Amino acid sequence: MLHAAHASFDLGSLERGSCLDGRLAELRGRSVVLAVADQALAALALIELDGLARRVVLCPADVPPEHLPHVIATAEADAVVSDGTAALPSLPTDALFVAKPPKTSAAEVERQPQRTTEWVLLTSGTTGVPKLVVHSLDSLTRPIASSPARGPLPLWSTFYDIRRYGGLQVFLRAMLGGGSLVLSSAGEAVGAYLERAAALGATHILGTPTHWRGALMSPSVRRIQPRYVRLSGEIADQVILDHLRDCYPDAGLVHAFASTEAGVAFEVADGKSGFPADLTGARIADVDIKVEQGSLRLRSPRTASRYLGANAEPLRDADGFVDTGDMVEQRGERCYFVGRRGGIINVGGQKIHPEEVEAVINSHPQVRLSLVRARKSPITGALVIADVVLCSDAGAGDSRSLEQEIKEHCRARLPRHKVPATINFVPALEVSASGKLERRNA
Amino acid sequence: MTVRTDVLAEFQKVAQEQGKKLAPLSDGLVLLESGLDSLCFAIIVARLEDRLGVDPFNASAQADFPVTLGDFIRFYENAAAR
Repeated sequence: MLHAAHASFDLGSLERGSCLDGRLAELRGRSVVLAVADQALAALALIELDGLARRVVLCPADVPPEHLPHVIATAEADAVVSDGTAALPSLPTDALFVAKPPKTSAAEVERQPQRTTEWVLLTSGTTGVPKLVVHSLDSLTRPIASSPARGPLPLWSTFYDIRRYGGLQVFLRAMLGGGSLVLSSAGEAVGAYLERAAALGATHILGTPTHWRGALMSPSVRRIQPRYVRLSGEIADQVILDHLRDCYPDAGLVHAFASTEAGVAFEVADGKSGFPADLTGARIADVDIKVEQGSLRLRSPRTASRYLGANAEPLRDADGFVDTGDMVEQRGERCYFVGRRGGIINVGGQKIHPEEVEAVINSHPQVRLSLVRARKSPITGALVIADVVLCSDAGAGDSRSLEQEIKEHCRARLPRHKVPATINFVPALEVSASGKLERRNA
Repeated sequence: MTVRTDVLAEFQKVAQEQGKKLAPLSDGLVLLESGLDSLCFAIIVARLEDRLGVDPFNASAQADFPVTLGDFIRFYENAAAR
């Protein structure tokens, strides 16, 4: 079952009907852009298109309409499936399809898979224009086969959009494992989603650390009683792991390394941030893991095969490794993610990963969330500054003394060039569509 | 508060935060002998920009960079007067 906010869908309904209104056969062998805002409808269309279309491009609900022509051209798409509401670039009528809740179709459609469909995911490039990443059902489901579900069937729930890698993993787990999935709706508040997931009895719940920090601000977070809590997509620092452990003492708490390009690489289940250093240089299941020039590199059948587009850069190196661009630092027996390669702040020649400073700021008891960024300096090139969101019970006191207190907290734990020169208290931080902190000038 | 008192206050505050021993402040004090390093000056310049709304170091076609504390204060007084 797929539980959306407005309705629930029995996947069996696809055996008797189609959400593509009897036009499914027309999509055979085509390159299809799936641009349906509603997650449940998109999920049903996706199930129908796999094995039929040559290629399916999964557009999350929030892809800006001005990027659609680029996506359509890069994917060499000759069909677009929408929900009929989106503003679409002008296309021939026979290329336009509208997905609707399943109805019994007059014409029987051959359901046997006829081909291996390319599943194409969008990932935000550095310029904001999406890059198209080619997966297959095989590469996407590899991580799932290696972690079989135990006990009663799970009821999955996720803050992710299922058209993004993290959400698609949840969707496929639910589909292949026979469980059900609670989908969030566009514009649905975190609290409302959690209430719905709680009412349905969600057992497994997944999101980014930023999703979770948002969820922990909602009183509804204590209404769910999950057996399994998972974080991926960003660095899971010790504070967020401790908060979740505190909130759900009986749940399995896992943080995973995964990216759209590299797939799911490994999971860490000991409740501590970072990962055991002996994973580097190792082969875990079907994943080769190494750290080279400071960044994590992965080779496995779980990675995407390539980027689409005429001038696309190679996605793997000559040895088949994907460079994740995630920088790793070893401290003792543990490796820690310290940030993205491109996100480094250079203060007078000293390199700083914003995430490392954020982890320290976030460990202050009155801080909910922080974003560390560069400020231009005529003296040192750049300075570290921080935007800080305080816990809801903080803020009653004097903000200047709290600013000093947070700086002292940083000074006790970081070299001085990493301590924020100024701290701005802000009511909220911008979170990108994929559930990660928006890093504009990083 | 005048520009002068703002500048002197930031010197003292940053020196204290950064654990630097500040030389006695006088207009003739050579900045490089003040006990502050480049990180301290970067922070002072950023905070003065927030406070006064000017960054004379970044303004185009400026006069020479200040050498003494007196130069530094005049640097800001001139920029603030613009």
